[in-house]
Amino acid sequence: MSQRVNSRGYLSQQELHSAPGYPSHERLEKGPVVAIECIEEIPCNPCEQACPQHAIIIGKPITNLPHLDEDKCIGCGLCIPQCPGQAIFLIDLPYLQGAASVAFPYEYLPLPKEGQKVRAVNRAGEPVCSGTVIKVQNPKRNKQTPVVTVAVPRKYATEVRGILRSRR
Amino acid sequence: MRKVDLSIVGAGPAGLAAAIKGAKRGCNTVALDMNPRPGGQLIKQIHKFFGSREHHAGTRGTEIADTLLHEAESSGVEVMIGAEVYAIHDNTLEIAQMFGGDSPPSLSGGATTSQSRPLSIEARQIVLATGGAENALNFPGWTLPGVMGAGAAQTMSNVWRVLPGERILMVGAGNVGLIVSYQLLQAGAEIVAVIEAAPRTGGYGVHAAKIRRAGVPILTSHTVVRASGKSRVEQAVIAKVDASWRTVPESEEKLDVDTICIAVGLRPNARLASLAGCKFDYSPSLGGWVPIHNSRMHTTVPGIYLAGDLSGVEEASTALEEGRLAGICAASSLGKGRVGDSKEIEAIEERLLSLRSGPFCQRLQDAKQKLIEIGEAQCPKE
Repeated sequence: MSQRVNSRGYLSQQELHSAPGYPSHERLEKGPVVAIECIEEIPCNPCEQACPQHAIIIGKPITNLPHLDEDKCIGCGLCIPQCPGQAIFLIDLPYLQGAASVAFPYEYLPLPKEGQKVRAVNRAGEPVCSGTVIKVQNPKRNKQTPVVTVAVPRKYATEVRGILRSRR
Repeated sequence: MRKVDLSIVGAGPAGLAAAIKGAKRGCNTVALDMNPRPGGQLIKQIHKFFGSREHHAGTRGTEIADTLLHEAESSGVEVMIGAEVYAIHDNTLEIAQMFGGDSPPSLSGGATTSQSRPLSIEARQIVLATGGAENALNFPGWTLPGVMGAGAAQTMSNVWRVLPGERILMVGAGNVGLIVSYQLLQAGAEIVAVIEAAPRTGGYGVHAAKIRRAGVPILTSHTVVRASGKSRVEQAVIAKVDASWRTVPESEEKLDVDTICIAVGLRPNARLASLAGCKFDYSPSLGGWVPIHNSRMHTTVPGIYLAGDLSGVEEASTALEEGRLAGICAASSLGKGRVGDSKEIEAIEERLLSLRSGPFCQRLQDAKQKLIEIGEAQCPKE
């Protein structure tokens, strides 16, 4: 049964955990894995085709929610820029001692630079912690959707979904 | 008087798709568009599209427009820009050519209607693909400069590269309001708030989530009360609305903004269809008064087909499919059908059905089905 996003405009923890594309806590502990924060049955399937491991399954009808086969997902993140809804994130909980990494699509200029200190924000756009940009990737296959990876304290990894934008 | 097999009015996704199908079947085809650039709304849709591979999913609208125009050109479609169709009678289109028909106006000295040239085209078959029009919202101050349709702001920003304002209030949280807000953020504006009179956002959740994590508040159950300013918008007053859409006393809030964008829905841009004598049906789900058509996209007037938002406001992907359908059927009525057309029509219908499935789109499928049932009884048989 599909849900409609509530009046807040972003997903609650409960809504997230009911999403078939959201990884289990056990899987998150093992290392890099994507979180597909997609809970509306809209006709869309580029993520399924983007995954070289066939870890994302939509099938027919095209309105099915994306289902993540979390054991197949190797955390490559190739699906992130292919999601037109920008709803896929890559989480690496055991990235470093005490620090996790989170990757997200970022279509704003100026792009942050690797090594830059940033304020990381949650799904509501509220700054929650400091972070360090560790990767900014924008190869041709991303079709102009850069993917930014930030290192943040481990306890914020499932909250952080972006960074404060710098003024142009 | 020029004579052609097939004339398409509106060179957006529906019109171009129809023109390509017609031209590929050997129809002498002209696609007319009143704008300086063809492509319809696609040319300002810089976001990646939803859908499946057949529907260019993951491709930005601007690229889809380029692909379609290239295909139209290579199939032999003549695309005429700056061509405004102002009358239609007996299969003849009366056209005002705004700038000679071949060169777009410059930003500084655009051509005026006084320079326009008249042209008549007699077409054996016509496909109307005139798209949708933005709904207006009236409130005190709504005529101040700085109050504009969200689509207008999108055209300014994404086509002409002019930022409409620095601090923007978006009224309406459907897909248009949410997507245009995101694009104005990308262009460097601040979206002070997105307000929505309904208790929840109407657009896709992922679009809402994108602007929420960019720090934009979405205030549901809120409406705009008035706009004020000396020579342009300087302030907007918003207020809460209750379950019966009345403003809640003492809930007013002032926002310092220089622009108010209105994104409260679209309706079929049906003036030409009306002029042509098409019969209409009222369908709230499809945007209001919609020309009646059958499953072959034929209106109630012989020789006039339609496609895209004119036949009910939906998405570019459905417009493309309907355009293909209209183009194939119009060509076939001229005896220019191809072996395999019926199979292709079947495939298009299947794709349309899948695009209109799911909880978001079921009401569109139901509304469309009802319209087509009326059409099967009232429209000319093929």
